[in-house]
Amino acid sequence: MSATGIGAAVRRKEDRRFITGTGHYTDDINRPGQAYANFLRSPHAHATIKSIDATAAAKMPGVLAVLAGADLAADKIGNLICGWMIHSKDGSPMKMAPHPALALGKVCHVGDPIAVVVAETLAQARDAAEKIAVDYAVLPAVADPAAAQKSGAPQIHDIAPNNTIYQWHLGDASAVEAAFRTAKHVTRLDIVNNRLVPNAIEPRAAIGDYDAGTGTFTLWNTTQNPHVARLVIAAFVGMAPEHKLRVIAPDVGGGFGSKIFIYPEEVVALWASKRVGRPVKWVAERSEAFVADAHGRDHVTHAEMAFDAEGKILGLRAKTIANLGAYMSTFSSSVPTYLYATLLSGQYEIPQIYCEVDAVYTNTVPVDAYRGAGRPEATFVVERLVEVSARELGQDPAELRRKNFIRIFPHQTPVIMAYDAGDYNASLKKAMELADYKGFGRRKRESARNGKLRGIGLSTYIEACGIAPSQAVGSLGAGVGLWESAEVRVNPTGSVEILTGSHAHGQGHETTFAQLVSDRLGIPIDNISVVHGDTDKVQFGMGTYGSRSGAVGMSALAKALDKIEAKAKKVAAHMLEAAEGDIEFKDGKFNVAGTDKSAAWGDVALNAYIAHKFSGQELEPGLKEGAFYDPINFTFPAGCHICEVEVDPETGNTEIAAWTAVDDFGVIVNPMIVEGQVHGGIAQGVGQALCEGAIYDKDGQLVTGSFMDYCMPRADHLPALTVDTTVTKCPSNPLGVKGCGEAGAIAAPAAVINAITDAIGTEALAMPAAPQTVWAALQIADRMPKAA
Amino acid sequence: MAGETAAVSMTVNGKPITANVDARTLLVQLLREHLRLTGTHVGCDTSQCGACVVHVNGKAIKSCTVLALQLEGANVLTIEGLAAPDGPLHPMQEAFRENHGLQCGFCTPGMIMTAVDLVRRKGNDLDDRTIREELEGNICRCTGYHNIVKAIAAGARTMRGGSTMSKAAE
Repeated sequence: MSATGIGAAVRRKEDRRFITGTGHYTDDINRPGQAYANFLRSPHAHATIKSIDATAAAKMPGVLAVLAGADLAADKIGNLICGWMIHSKDGSPMKMAPHPALALGKVCHVGDPIAVVVAETLAQARDAAEKIAVDYAVLPAVADPAAAQKSGAPQIHDIAPNNTIYQWHLGDASAVEAAFRTAKHVTRLDIVNNRLVPNAIEPRAAIGDYDAGTGTFTLWNTTQNPHVARLVIAAFVGMAPEHKLRVIAPDVGGGFGSKIFIYPEEVVALWASKRVGRPVKWVAERSEAFVADAHGRDHVTHAEMAFDAEGKILGLRAKTIANLGAYMSTFSSSVPTYLYATLLSGQYEIPQIYCEVDAVYTNTVPVDAYRGAGRPEATFVVERLVEVSARELGQDPAELRRKNFIRIFPHQTPVIMAYDAGDYNASLKKAMELADYKGFGRRKRESARNGKLRGIGLSTYIEACGIAPSQAVGSLGAGVGLWESAEVRVNPTGSVEILTGSHAHGQGHETTFAQLVSDRLGIPIDNISVVHGDTDKVQFGMGTYGSRSGAVGMSALAKALDKIEAKAKKVAAHMLEAAEGDIEFKDGKFNVAGTDKSAAWGDVALNAYIAHKFSGQELEPGLKEGAFYDPINFTFPAGCHICEVEVDPETGNTEIAAWTAVDDFGVIVNPMIVEGQVHGGIAQGVGQALCEGAIYDKDGQLVTGSFMDYCMPRADHLPALTVDTTVTKCPSNPLGVKGCGEAGAIAAPAAVINAITDAIGTEALAMPAAPQTVWAALQIADRMPKAA
Repeated sequence: MAGETAAVSMTVNGKPITANVDARTLLVQLLREHLRLTGTHVGCDTSQCGACVVHVNGKAIKSCTVLALQLEGANVLTIEGLAAPDGPLHPMQEAFRENHGLQCGFCTPGMIMTAVDLVRRKGNDLDDRTIREELEGNICRCTGYHNIVKAIAAGARTMRGGSTMSKAAE
């Protein structure tokens, strides 16, 4: 392993600008003549708009325009769309309601944008927005997904009777029925997967800049996938032809899924720029982000797991209601279906699985992918069922898991996925050793002496990453292919630029992608630049989410590097007057096999461009290659997280005493970055389990609408984390990598809740398990007659 | 109210500056919009996230909670002024890089400015618990804090004796 190659803990190339305050996030960019946008948003969860009077606002100082939904419609700006078609079990297509970028006649959630003011300064835009008079007829609202389908519930969109978007299912219902009939034991759970607000620390932002001379638009935007944004804004919203729209995603301060989607504000910034003839900048305030950024999770599930007399799982069935909010966000439909039910087999051999999912509209912010996207919800269902089953069966939870682990690969689950590789016992075993699982009893007694309740919880999770084979997702309803592209440009001096369709917003691609190039070409990492996030530079790409940058994006890069090597060998053969087949490339040097004749990388690069040693007829000058890589399968990272908690029965406060994570991510490119990703994922999962939760009141008001009310995990919520790995190489891509971005967030919630319920001796515990919730659960448990 | 402007003078990163600002201008707005010092970030609107932490007269403050006009004559240090542009990094900056104490980088300037102030107040030997408690006012969504805590402990050790050596300890 070289110092900067695959497997080395290379310090990040991108860090210098971030630690010196010289990064360029969207809000750091200013365009000459720039004006500022401020949105007027609905204070009501559900209302018809009787009138909008902008007369007073338009007369305010500095105001350039006040625009509303009718103006947008007049300019024929199209609606936002959801790009993944889901069909109900009766074959009918999902009920996608119109989603204009500015409300037209009706608002459907608090925060729904109604009008935009564009002014010389942000303060003037804000002042003017306050002067817009909107006459509402307030309608009854529904925020609770379980209540949305009930008779008498307020109807949000005409297209969707009973607020039902689709009623989807997966698996063989009758086979599961039969399996349950033979069961010796069935565990039943009602589970609420709490609604979360992603809260990347950089708020979303957009600068629209229309150039009337060329008729082109430029959008600087906090997006995880600039090409997808361009495609949707061009082809569906109809802002401009695709070649007349440039989308630039500069430094982006975290995404976690919430910056995948195409939102109203960037559409409006572009459109308003053309309207006022000036660049228009919008930056979300945090409280605005709470009601404007897609939320995550929000499932209500009943799940059952059946066992035979030996403790082998016979079947699993689940019925889930998924809250998709007021409108269908870009990929919302796929999250509670193909990203959820397909993972319900977990790490276990489960002969039969059946899952029904009803997706519903409510008067809440749209819900879409958030770190893990469907897979944390699936893992929580499976890992809570297994843990509770073990307790009900009187078996050790680790033992029950081990008994049911899949051991032979490839493994076809009953819910689409074909796991390619893994060793679940290895990660469980290592995690139990690192966590000193055997010593838990002693630690529990020690805690008891201090008046504390100690608990331990496991989560042996699986996820499907490296999203995804295009043909497969196409057959499941995706409107796009999920390959990735890469281009390698070798300069005459031998330095290299890589252009990738992946997009980094914290993941460190400028380092890891360069590591692959350094490894393959044998050149110093400082001679390699990574270019991403600009549709004028990178031809096309699908962006970064679903832990796909390594498995898909870097595989594309590997493929392009293969082509570079092949071409460079041809150049070297001419230089060394040898047959192409005799050229070997190793450690940055081209050798003629069996001789001492060689050419250095830099010389070959130069010769490719000066083209003095070969004729342009037999070999094209230059050294630049591109590749599109379409994966042959998902990848299946898996592992075991063990959480140990200490609960104070007096206050209900939970302290995480220890955390052990052993993950199998396949081949690891940069262990330092991988550990960082795991740490961050765990923190988000712990946040979900212990403190985070978006709460709507019965009128559809978001009660937790700021960092004062919505509890973000802080440094003292978490302990130091023990993070390790086991490795089974992924056979489905050339690098053997699986992906690590979401693992922590997927594994953690079940581990925490399994630990707390172990400590307090009752399974009835909702997330977030804040002190009050734990304390209340303890009071109820104390009053319950103890099981015999 | 809007429109009323006044002049304010202060020293920012060692340079005297004077600006005419709207009376409601916050320090962070003065830094970002008037002086184009965009390393100081805005991550919330309730003084919770700490992405905007700078030093005023040697102490860490959230620059979103103070009006520019309150700081006549003050000495302000931002992330851009922590180390000379062409010189070595500040040991705390170097420690964040060395320990992978950042991912997306958005909270990082505030974290580093908070950390330097923490060393001033609590010394060079900082235990895990102290650092975690002192980070109450800084939110990071990427790192899970693990490596930030490591970075601050390492940076604090390297800062011992006012050293500006660029290599982090250990």
